[in-house]
Amino acid sequence: MKTEQTRDLVPLEALTDAAARKRYWRSLEELSDSPEFQELLHTEFPPNATEFLDEVSRRRFIQLAAASFGLAGLTACTRQPPEKILPYVNPPENAIPGHPLYFATAVPVAGVAEGVLVETHLGRPTKVEGNGEHPASLGATSVHSQASVLDLYDPDRAKEISHLGVWQSWEDFQLALMQSLTPLRSGKGERFRILTDTVTSPSLGAQIQAVLAMFPGAKWYQYDPAGRHSARAGALTAFGRDVNTYYRFDKADVVLALDSDFLACGPGSTRFAHDFANRRAGGDRSNMNRLYSIESSMTSTGGKADHRLPLRYAEIELFARDLAASLGVAGLTTSGSQNHPEWISAVSRDLMAHRGACVVVPGLHQSPAVHALAHAMNSALGNDGKTVIYTDPLEVQSTDQIASLRELVNDMDAGRVDVLLTLGGNPVYNAPQDFDFRARLHKVKTTIRVGLHSDETSVECQWQVPETHFMEDWGDTRAFDGTLTIQQPLILPLYDSTSSLRLLDSILNPPGRSSYEIVQNYWQKTNGANNFEQWWRKSVHDGLIADSALPPLTPQLKTDWAQSLSSPGQQGIELAFRPDPYLYDGRYANNTWLQELPQPMTKLTWDNAVHLSPATAKQLNVGNQDRVELNYRGNKVEASIWISPGQPENSATIHLGWGRWHSGRAGNGAGFNAYALRPSDALWGGSGLQIRRLDKDYPLATTQLHQSMEGRDLILSATAAEYKNNPDFVSHETKQPPKELTLYPQWNYTGYAWGMSIDLTRCVNCSACVVACQAENNIPVVGKEQVLARRAMHWLRIDTYYEGDPANPRAFYQPVPCMQCENAPCELVCPVQATNHSSDGLNDMVYNRCVGTRYCSNNCPYKVRRFNFLLFQDWVTEQTKLQRNPDVTVRSRGVMEKCTYCVQRIREADIQSRVEDRFIRDGEVQTACQQACPTRAIVFGDINNHDNEVAKLKSLNLNYALLAELNTRPRTTYLAELRNPNPELKSNA
Amino acid sequence: MPQFFSRTANSLARLSLLAVVLGIALIAWLGAMIVRSPYETLQDVPRRQPVPFSHEHHVGGLGIDCRYCHTTVEESSFANIPATKVCMNCHSQMWAVAPILEPVRESYRSGKSIEWTRVHDLPQFVYFNHSIHVNKGIGCETCHGRVDRMPLIWQAQDLTMSWCLNCHRDPGMFVRPKEKVFEMGYTPPANQREFGRKLVKEYHIQSLTSCSTCHR
Repeated sequence: MKTEQTRDLVPLEALTDAAARKRYWRSLEELSDSPEFQELLHTEFPPNATEFLDEVSRRRFIQLAAASFGLAGLTACTRQPPEKILPYVNPPENAIPGHPLYFATAVPVAGVAEGVLVETHLGRPTKVEGNGEHPASLGATSVHSQASVLDLYDPDRAKEISHLGVWQSWEDFQLALMQSLTPLRSGKGERFRILTDTVTSPSLGAQIQAVLAMFPGAKWYQYDPAGRHSARAGALTAFGRDVNTYYRFDKADVVLALDSDFLACGPGSTRFAHDFANRRAGGDRSNMNRLYSIESSMTSTGGKADHRLPLRYAEIELFARDLAASLGVAGLTTSGSQNHPEWISAVSRDLMAHRGACVVVPGLHQSPAVHALAHAMNSALGNDGKTVIYTDPLEVQSTDQIASLRELVNDMDAGRVDVLLTLGGNPVYNAPQDFDFRARLHKVKTTIRVGLHSDETSVECQWQVPETHFMEDWGDTRAFDGTLTIQQPLILPLYDSTSSLRLLDSILNPPGRSSYEIVQNYWQKTNGANNFEQWWRKSVHDGLIADSALPPLTPQLKTDWAQSLSSPGQQGIELAFRPDPYLYDGRYANNTWLQELPQPMTKLTWDNAVHLSPATAKQLNVGNQDRVELNYRGNKVEASIWISPGQPENSATIHLGWGRWHSGRAGNGAGFNAYALRPSDALWGGSGLQIRRLDKDYPLATTQLHQSMEGRDLILSATAAEYKNNPDFVSHETKQPPKELTLYPQWNYTGYAWGMSIDLTRCVNCSACVVACQAENNIPVVGKEQVLARRAMHWLRIDTYYEGDPANPRAFYQPVPCMQCENAPCELVCPVQATNHSSDGLNDMVYNRCVGTRYCSNNCPYKVRRFNFLLFQDWVTEQTKLQRNPDVTVRSRGVMEKCTYCVQRIREADIQSRVEDRFIRDGEVQTACQQACPTRAIVFGDINNHDNEVAKLKSLNLNYALLAELNTRPRTTYLAELRNPNPELKSNA
Repeated sequence: MPQFFSRTANSLARLSLLAVVLGIALIAWLGAMIVRSPYETLQDVPRRQPVPFSHEHHVGGLGIDCRYCHTTVEESSFANIPATKVCMNCHSQMWAVAPILEPVRESYRSGKSIEWTRVHDLPQFVYFNHSIHVNKGIGCETCHGRVDRMPLIWQAQDLTMSWCLNCHRDPGMFVRPKEKVFEMGYTPPANQREFGRKLVKEYHIQSLTSCSTCHR
């Protein structure tokens, strides 16, 4: 396979020069404007996209083609196969075939949950939507919530209980468990250990405590590779106790992010993005907030910032210390580094001018010192209780997880553990490399693993017990602010699986109760209300327990906190570990939607990479897609290079969660394993990385260069001050020809006229819309080879544009669905009338008429049409069939497809409103992307009704259409992006 | 040298050219006819069912309303096939030991569905909605025919796209008063065109022929 980029396209100086000439650019290749890039641009699909890539000879291919052509006619003579209808025997209440039902539950990611409503069709969960009443969701969802439904149907899930690979029954397992635990009871169970990931579930916590009470000598360990290790240590430094911290961005005028990607990743990000965007684009946009981002790798939050400063991981601590000193935090000395004085003075003045209405946000992966400094700064700025809320930790029991795991590993090594029960987690894969968990696991007499997948840890344990997916069982969990949700099952377990709750209960009260009884029993005891039945029904129905958010605390800074800070040393290239934005710690590695979802800034799919700045890459003489050997403290791993604009110098960022070897068909072998380099004393990175170039190429599948619209003015932006002086700058920069200037017949839309407005100021590049679209519209995944051939199928893409110096650019995010042009170029060229205009202005796509000429895609100026080059849709796997949306046709090979504004939802609402003899209300139809969007950047509705939100947005002077000069009259338009830079800070950096 | 071909050969050659053209046309026409014929559409072909349920008896004879069994026809795309429980409402008392009803009782005992054969089977890319048609004055009979005279159900219409469009292009010719929707044997008035126009206006009926009305 040809690679799309060649090494070191142009020297760095040329890039910097080009950046000065060109306002917006999408990639370094585009910026360099090399002949290779020009060639790439002028072929919509690469030369090999239309070729048959499989290893079949040309002769054989033509034989097959002739045979299939000859037989094709015969298919018309077959009759439709007979279909059966299987009605209920006893219909459940409220079930109306043809109407979905929605049930409230919560999606837990590493113990922190987001409240959702799950759409089910006759008992099949098909789609996840946000729960409008839940504080973490407010109706929107994260990528993980959207993708969780695919995890449920993952065909590679663990399916049966086994012992040393031999199938066993649940009864066999219980018996064996009893046999191994009974002898331990005499010794009070000292040789019995339980290992879990972070537990926030109160009922599971109670179960574990009960087991520990039964075996007083037994111990419980928690380990999450990407957990809040630093946050906990930082809170201990500052306050002497662990606290959970969350932020009220709706009250913050100035935000300082210290290596935090709070808009797109981590607990509460969906809510944070919502609050942040409302302060940015609310009202008449005269009162915008301001975001400063200091970060050690390019993130969505950094790209959105009004000012961004790329600093190495360790330098951020020095910066925070200097800033805290200049804010007058008591008992602190400056680092003496004298770096970035203009930043320190401007930011500290801005923060102090907004006392009580600003916030300092440390990144979860930053050092404990940065967390402590952030606490001290927030306290000095009077933000506590206003923009920063402290509560008790969400965990049932907050522990130092690394120390905890180290103790377990030492005990295992010393042969002090007889029974190890691992509930969830995946320590063989993700424990720190120096713990050598795998080898030590084999020193334990009996190892039992309860896990969703048959993963790296399962296969090393003797007993494998499949775990129920959260959509299959009862449970409870907490959100970022402590709000509790009782999770209800939406489907019976697909396989012979059990929950951790049920397994522990079988130890406590053999043979064990059902999860329902356990959870209900726990809440009956805890709640103690007389009308428990009513309370239970309401809590389960609403998807949250009313007023269960943890009460705010007012922790006091320790007087001597600053003395425990240490100065980080630094030399050589610094290595920074990050949880992957999509795969997180690796738990979603087998989720194909997340594997193929283009990464926020690099748009990489199916791989991770070593992110280097352009200058560092030049210095090391490596280019994109070069294979290198990383050597960190003697541990080596082979990886590929990606040059990232905005990465600090001498710093390499790598994402955890890749390179798994036992995750399933999708995750195995995708990317490289960063855990192999990760030591327990430098969890988030350190200095001294060595990079050695190998003479190998490794193609990386990025979608950044796909569907390029040749650098016309597709992004419009201004600063808040410029907008104030020149409110009509958008109309000066775009040229809209008169409506009559067209050969198309004029058409008046008298009924509904559907339209969409996308606010670029609000979009934070979280990609929830892309996965939501994929789930709603049965969009297939294609795999790495096909992405390389530019055949990715996402109907909605988010284009990332950069502006300015490649060393530290500003970034702009632009979601691009089908524009639903009124004068649609695609419709004219279809020889079989497979794409037509509907009476309400939609550009309909009729799959069953399409013969696959691809003329429409050629003629589309926005490049939003997708073609099924091969049979991308999985027609075979039974589990994935269950996930499909029954209201959308499943497309086959040779068919063009594209966004239709979720026409199935429009037609459903249309029918419902006509049955009730009324008009569709504003907001009644939400497209899938709109519904998932945390920041409400996408608004959809009838533009003929001027009271509708979408019509109001389109009447703003920020409204513009892409390529308006073509007079395609797109129904999707954009609102130009506004930024609010600090006039004191001249440059971006 | 003797001639190989007689004089008639010229005419034959010309004729055979014509025959080829006509032959291709005939094959195409035949194909088109077969696709529209009951062989392909299964129009008017009674289908074998696990229980020989007779609409003739239940609707024509007993006068049970369509909605007693097809419960969701007014509110959902799917009209619903009755649950076994609905059959047993009566048949736990009536014909409670009839051998012909054994599959019903077996389903009720075991909890396994009766596997009915679908009679009106639209392609997977067509999305039909019962509720909107029933609520806008399109009678069951208009598409399903005289169900009250069918001992075993068959498809009364060919269900081709052109048949759908007949009505979608001119709904006035087929609409009836809402209170007559579930009536069998309704005779449209002589002035259906005028009467239909009045109903179309009163019921806010639209002639919807956009592709995405049915194809999504």
